[in-house]
Amino acid sequence: MISIIDYDAGNTFNVIKAFKYLGIEVQLTDNPEEILKSSGLILPGVGAFGPAKRSLEKKGLINVIKNAVLDKQIPILGICLGMQMLFEKSNEYGSHEGLELIPGEIIVIPEKHGLKVPQMGWNENQLKKNETDFAFIANEYTYFVHSYYAICDQQYLISTVDYGVEIPAMVQNKNVFGAQFHPEKSGDVGLNILKTFSEKVVK
Amino acid sequence: MDVDNGRVKKGINFVNLVDVGDPATIAAEYEKQGADELVFLDITATNQERSTMKDVVESVSSQVFMPLTVGGGIKSVSDMQKLLRAGADKISLNSAAVANPSLITEGAKKFGNQCIVVAIDVKRNVKAGYYEVYTHGGKTATGIDALKWAKKVVDLGAGELLVTSMDKDGTKSGFDIKLYQGLSELVDVPIIASGGAGTSSDFIDVFQKSTVDGALAASVFHYGEITIPDLKQTLKVQGVNVR
Repeated sequence: MISIIDYDAGNTFNVIKAFKYLGIEVQLTDNPEEILKSSGLILPGVGAFGPAKRSLEKKGLINVIKNAVLDKQIPILGICLGMQMLFEKSNEYGSHEGLELIPGEIIVIPEKHGLKVPQMGWNENQLKKNETDFAFIANEYTYFVHSYYAICDQQYLISTVDYGVEIPAMVQNKNVFGAQFHPEKSGDVGLNILKTFSEKVVK
Repeated sequence: MDVDNGRVKKGINFVNLVDVGDPATIAAEYEKQGADELVFLDITATNQERSTMKDVVESVSSQVFMPLTVGGGIKSVSDMQKLLRAGADKISLNSAAVANPSLITEGAKKFGNQCIVVAIDVKRNVKAGYYEVYTHGGKTATGIDALKWAKKVVDLGAGELLVTSMDKDGTKSGFDIKLYQGLSELVDVPIIASGGAGTSSDFIDVFQKSTVDGALAASVFHYGEITIPDLKQTLKVQGVNVR
């Protein structure tokens, strides 16, 4: 079964509702054994990097997630802050280490004329990788709410959006996937991302 | 969508409410049409209807997957939490923010600025020559200058402003462009214009003549006078950036 990792960081209800709507069984859990037994993992997240990281630490889940993903090869999808936590580090209010599952770091979106930070709203995806189950995201709009974004090598990009800078929207490093936007708030395309992850990536 | 006792209603200049239908059914239809966000305002917001609103949010968010803003009668962080748990993405504060401005900061600290929308109902005070803030569903004049209030709520942590012109509400005579021009010079958070949408060219006007980030409409969509796909196509042709 797919587990949504429960670490008291933000709104998991809408992620659960989206899976329910799709008829895909998921469980919300912070139990290490359950996590290690899962067929796939979802790391949600709303809020700030530091407190979220501390919350994972307090629940003893850092190494559990790394074990699950690296040793057991369980696919993981990080959403929004959950995606940012997959990277090596973030400088959001101080310097924090991430889960180090994708090389790269998280920095603040530069303030440019006419673009408000946080980016709040729909933005259009440019496909950066052709060999992907998520190619349907090309030129589709997805819904973003964030002030920080990932800097990483091109090879990890599935799609990007233009917000004054090129912002990684979907990323992948082997079995590690991330979406900076909220699939659970991005209409049909977003639902399709959750469905594709559950049916094509998770086996 | 103005929600009254679990039903979508719509009036003119905030009075003469007419029943439009069931919130979840209407929401699903708007999602199909390509609406970008939905706003639900509990316009009666008595205590007994608090739980009705929670049910509305729950049933809508189980079937509709786009951002939902919910407001009306929210007086505490725990009210906000209940609605967020029911599936709201953003909380809209109006009368409560005027009565207790620190509520904006408390909400922003707990849930993030992006979560706190301050809704401002504005009526031009012709005599005194300014835009005046009204509360309690447009019933109470506050003597507060809307432009100053907008600046203040953003300083307090509001991440978005939903500004309704009561003079224009339900009249289908166009958005109050001047009001939005003034506001967008003052604050740097997203502004949603509301009140007065009657034709597609009203939407073109508000996007071309002010820097609002969104335009909200109810009547013209509820009664099918403008459909969202047609409107978006028209805006695109006019060079307005839309999804």
